[in-house]
Amino acid sequence: MDLFDILLSASFWAAAIRIASPLIFATLGELICERAGVLNLGIEGIMVAGAFAGWIAVWGGLPLWGGVAVAMITGMMLGLVHSILSVPFGLSQHVVGIGLTLLATSLTFYTYRVVLPEVSSPPKITAFQPYEIPLLSDLPIVGPALFSQTPLTYAGFVLAGLTAVVLYRTPLGLAVRAAGENPAAVAAQGLSVTAIRMGAVIVGSGFMAVGGAFLTLSAFDSFFFDMVNGRGWICIALVVFGAWKPGKAVLGAVLFAAFDALQIRLQQTGIGAVVPYQVFLMLPYFLSILALVVMSRRAEIPAALMVPFNKGER
Amino acid sequence: MRLEPIEAPSPARRIVPPALAMAATFLVAAALALIAGGNPFAVFGLILTGAFGSKFALLETLNSATPLIFTGLAIAVAFRAKLWNIGAEAQLYAGAVLTVILGTGALGLPSYLMLPLCGLAAMLAGALLLLGPALLKTRLGVDEVVTTLLFNFIFLLFVSYLLEGPLKDPMGMGWPKSARLTSEARLPRIVEGLRLHWGFALALVAALLVWVINTRTTLGYEMRAVGQNAEAAGFAGIPVTRVILKTALLSGGLAGLAGFSEVSGLKGALTLDLSPGFGYTGIVVAMLALLHPLGVVLAALFVAAIFVGADSMSRAVGVPSYIADIMLASALLFMVLAILLTKFRVRRD
Repeated sequence: MDLFDILLSASFWAAAIRIASPLIFATLGELICERAGVLNLGIEGIMVAGAFAGWIAVWGGLPLWGGVAVAMITGMMLGLVHSILSVPFGLSQHVVGIGLTLLATSLTFYTYRVVLPEVSSPPKITAFQPYEIPLLSDLPIVGPALFSQTPLTYAGFVLAGLTAVVLYRTPLGLAVRAAGENPAAVAAQGLSVTAIRMGAVIVGSGFMAVGGAFLTLSAFDSFFFDMVNGRGWICIALVVFGAWKPGKAVLGAVLFAAFDALQIRLQQTGIGAVVPYQVFLMLPYFLSILALVVMSRRAEIPAALMVPFNKGER
Repeated sequence: MRLEPIEAPSPARRIVPPALAMAATFLVAAALALIAGGNPFAVFGLILTGAFGSKFALLETLNSATPLIFTGLAIAVAFRAKLWNIGAEAQLYAGAVLTVILGTGALGLPSYLMLPLCGLAAMLAGALLLLGPALLKTRLGVDEVVTTLLFNFIFLLFVSYLLEGPLKDPMGMGWPKSARLTSEARLPRIVEGLRLHWGFALALVAALLVWVINTRTTLGYEMRAVGQNAEAAGFAGIPVTRVILKTALLSGGLAGLAGFSEVSGLKGALTLDLSPGFGYTGIVVAMLALLHPLGVVLAALFVAAIFVGADSMSRAVGVPSYIADIMLASALLFMVLAILLTKFRVRRD
């Protein structure tokens, strides 16, 4: 198959949107945390926990949206742990985040073994099915690519719009952004920087967990130990790539996912016969590093990112 | 609430919070053991005997501590200078790859040349792997946490390629596994008949050397100054960039040695499961040791004991061995909080 054939096929773009969906949720979550001034390196573990929590809830009998809610609550509880340590206590966000990823991942694997001690392969659930939006899904290429996705994908794009509106058009969004740029000014307004930052980390962590749950409830129908596989770290790179703006971050996620879908397809072509498959699998990670390097010169990073705020101290 | 520095912490202030942190860790583990249907006292007892209860168990614990001392030192050195090296996992594999390339019969060297050569090459490989992210940090300001993390995934795929391609054992029945090291490239056992190799002694020497570097050399002083306040260090005339790059070389080199020691001392060949996350566990080790190189040895022994003990406990009763990982992650989080509370008082507004 020719490169152009791939790029012009609807199934390719449908795959790109599908691959982008979990990244969109988690990237938005990370973006909210960082906009408020907190780097959340718990993202990888929160995604693992969300993937598991949503899936096990549905396996236990909850409807699919119930599973999404359980994942979100799980993520928010983990976010609460992160925010307590990183915001009022102002502990190193690097150490807290890595520690939370280790904790969330091991708690998830432990719970899996306790709940399903005897299974050799994880049970399957009935995942979200594609929903064809009337009329729009009949459009050529765009229809099958954009409007024949699962409801959770649509929710991701809606969430991106909502996040942008809240961040840029509401007093709450202004307070969040200010907490990440100039917390002293927020405190001078009589607002609590601690509350704003903790809230942002908790909500953002909830979104990350839904991103994880997309993998088990929509992309696949089961839970595997290595299923998140670095997606959280990639999302951190996507936030930088998107210059901390929701729209650009979503665009970055889709571009990234298109690239990922492309490498999967290229593996099956003549190039794939010559180049080892590991090279293709490496590309997304290299692309993330490249994105960081390219964007490093820009100075859009929230000024107070990773700077703890202790009232009465300048 | 507000944090207020304590001028001169009392002895109780220094001891009570860390002790409470450890108690909290064991409480969490006890609750989880109960949930899994195990008696917490029996579980802890089995972990203890599983780690120290027999000569075999004790040697197993020492062997498991060996790579953790190396990666713990690697992280401690880096974190002390606020270089966030989360890529010790990849650096370990880089060291292992070099050991396998040199040690599987390509060179006909005697043991006393072969081992130092493999060790130095492993250090160099690990060091160079961290130099990339360090340069990206110093030159372009790219956060090294994400780059070193992403490199872990990239390098593991590279190792997977090597083990299915150029480094594949022709006699390996199709398994992705390297050829075995020649006997000249194997670290011998410290005492014949006991399953403990010289890698452990090497790790102790490395800890001592890092301690000497930290406390007795200009570099050690500069690394700490950069870690405490890079701006002030630069103002005082310390070449911050060069210090960060030197730190990276030292840290990556130590992690590379972990790979050398595991392949040459323990496994004898390279597989994709050489390290069950020693690079990440090294972070816990380093933090529990408060980044002190000699503390790293003790912390690595503690962490290894929990892993080895939990493995054996899990085989005896149905509590999953992941309880060990949970204990270490919660110990890390409780401990960073406890250390803060030894230096600050929490005041209500």
